[in-house]
Amino acid sequence: MAHVNYIHNIPFISIFLTMFGGIITPLFSNGKIAQKINLIIVCIVGVLSAILLGSVWQNKESFTFMMGHFPAPWGNELTAGPLEALMALTFSFVMATTLLGGAKFIQNDILAEKQNLYFVMINLLFGSMLALIYTNDIFTAYVFLEINTIASCAIIMAKGTGESIAATLHYLIICLLGSGLFLIGISLLYSITGHLLMPNIQQSIIQLTRTGEYAFPFAVVIGMIIIGISIKSAVFPFHFMLASAHPAATPASSSILSGLVLKSFIFLNIKMFYCVFTIDLIRNLRITNVLFLFGLIGMVVGSVSALKETRIKHMLAYSSAAQIGYIYMGLGLGNHAGMVAACFHILAHAATKAMLFICAGGLMSVSEGKDGIHDLRGAAHKNLMAGIGFTVGGLSMVGVPLTAGFVSKLYFASATIYSPQKMVITLLTLAISMILNAMYFIPSAIAIWTPVEKKTERPKVSRRMEIGIAIFIVTNFCLGIFYKPIIDMIELGIGLL
Amino acid sequence: MTNLMTNHYEAAAVILFGIGFMNLLLSRNLIKKFIGLNIMDTAVYLFLAAKGYIAGRAAPIVLEGTTASVEKFINPVPSGLVLTGIVVSVSVTAFSLALVQRLYKHYGSLDLDEIMEKAKKEGH
Repeated sequence: MAHVNYIHNIPFISIFLTMFGGIITPLFSNGKIAQKINLIIVCIVGVLSAILLGSVWQNKESFTFMMGHFPAPWGNELTAGPLEALMALTFSFVMATTLLGGAKFIQNDILAEKQNLYFVMINLLFGSMLALIYTNDIFTAYVFLEINTIASCAIIMAKGTGESIAATLHYLIICLLGSGLFLIGISLLYSITGHLLMPNIQQSIIQLTRTGEYAFPFAVVIGMIIIGISIKSAVFPFHFMLASAHPAATPASSSILSGLVLKSFIFLNIKMFYCVFTIDLIRNLRITNVLFLFGLIGMVVGSVSALKETRIKHMLAYSSAAQIGYIYMGLGLGNHAGMVAACFHILAHAATKAMLFICAGGLMSVSEGKDGIHDLRGAAHKNLMAGIGFTVGGLSMVGVPLTAGFVSKLYFASATIYSPQKMVITLLTLAISMILNAMYFIPSAIAIWTPVEKKTERPKVSRRMEIGIAIFIVTNFCLGIFYKPIIDMIELGIGLL
Repeated sequence: MTNLMTNHYEAAAVILFGIGFMNLLLSRNLIKKFIGLNIMDTAVYLFLAAKGYIAGRAAPIVLEGTTASVEKFINPVPSGLVLTGIVVSVSVTAFSLALVQRLYKHYGSLDLDEIMEKAKKEGH
């Protein structure tokens, strides 16, 4: 028997474990047990991903895993390299920390008898995100996109208020538009190439572009698939769904939605660029220019909308839209350095925005649940850790040195050197967007630290939330100071995609 | 034009997809929106089924006493995709109709704009 490399089973085991968790969680009627099981599963996946990352980083390899040992055109495949492993590690880390920090909100906001069902959805959502990261088959990607849609809708509506259901429906409709476009796109692609596995499609695409056949259908198909995924990742002008979905959901759901779910779609887009269509074809069809344009508009419009908001969660939702704009701008630069910066920003924003939503939830809970920024005055004194976390997160969003946001903005700016015709406009928009970020984050940070006259008793703050926020703060500084190895991993990973 | 006539299934599928997509995007009535979603998904299944069919061939089932031969059968993969797609579309439709029902109970309306307006007022 040939030597079996156990490390190669990790992608499959990670997905299987989360799906299995989704099946067993409803058996426990107690929400707390369900939560513990869920946290354990996410931590196991995190450890496994770290082992996988260590292995592929050491061997500098990317491998494919055959499901059920059926070879290429028949079987389904998973693929993993440094970039996939890094994403899986970050997602599980952010997921675990969010669940730890947001546990109190989940207990307070969701009916006790339905809490175990919430964790079913979290498990399914996490599993589908892992599958989107690892899959090597576009139809599998479609199925998991839909699982992802339903699970994310379920965690938005978990609060059960009329407002949250209306917001869920809005989110669902926009997601369905995106997946509809993706579905017809992959059907057309299948009818042209006759394959569903990414490497096989890529081979026939390279062959067909060389002969010049099907040039027009390809342009349409690529447009449909990329636009479909981009709609789902809330690129401008589809960021409105965020604005209604985030404030209506419980803070833990908002963190997961903004920090991870949208990022998994963007990662699928990157995979489509490199593993299916080849980056040269994307560049020749000027798809990158379209994404670049919408990214830039999203950066400015998102920040301006955030500036106009007086409610903290709406402000964070619009700020997410602006940050998604940053990522698409990086992809749209169309060069290697831009991709690296975009990938780093995915990690930086996942860690930062998840922390900001948890902190905003913590600040609101000590201010009688009000979400207006003027109602939060002095809240940081009542919930110290949330105040510090919000300030650090805000500084990272603005791009202050030593924070994660600074590094990604630095890399975005230096990536423009390789695309001279886009350089001026990118740098200008970056500057405008950073000023706008500062204009809304700094006043809100000042507001929460402003001391209020009347002395009130300090409300009890959940210990787990404090630990979660502390981990997030440390991560943010780690990303901002020790970024070099992560950038190296991303560079290697993109090369191996 | 001749291309369109030979590929009439595909042309019909794409037109139906467009109708469904615009319905899902533009219709204000929620039930109509989800009917649009179903038209859109069904159009894709029509497209896939038309792509997998090869005139004059049968379903790939080997009966007793016959030999399996690739030349006799249609392409079974698109049929598999259609089945998977139907499962996905049914579950999404069921989920969205359940949501619509809850919203109707809560707001007494099926008009998305009206519901969003009311939800906004409630949030303040």
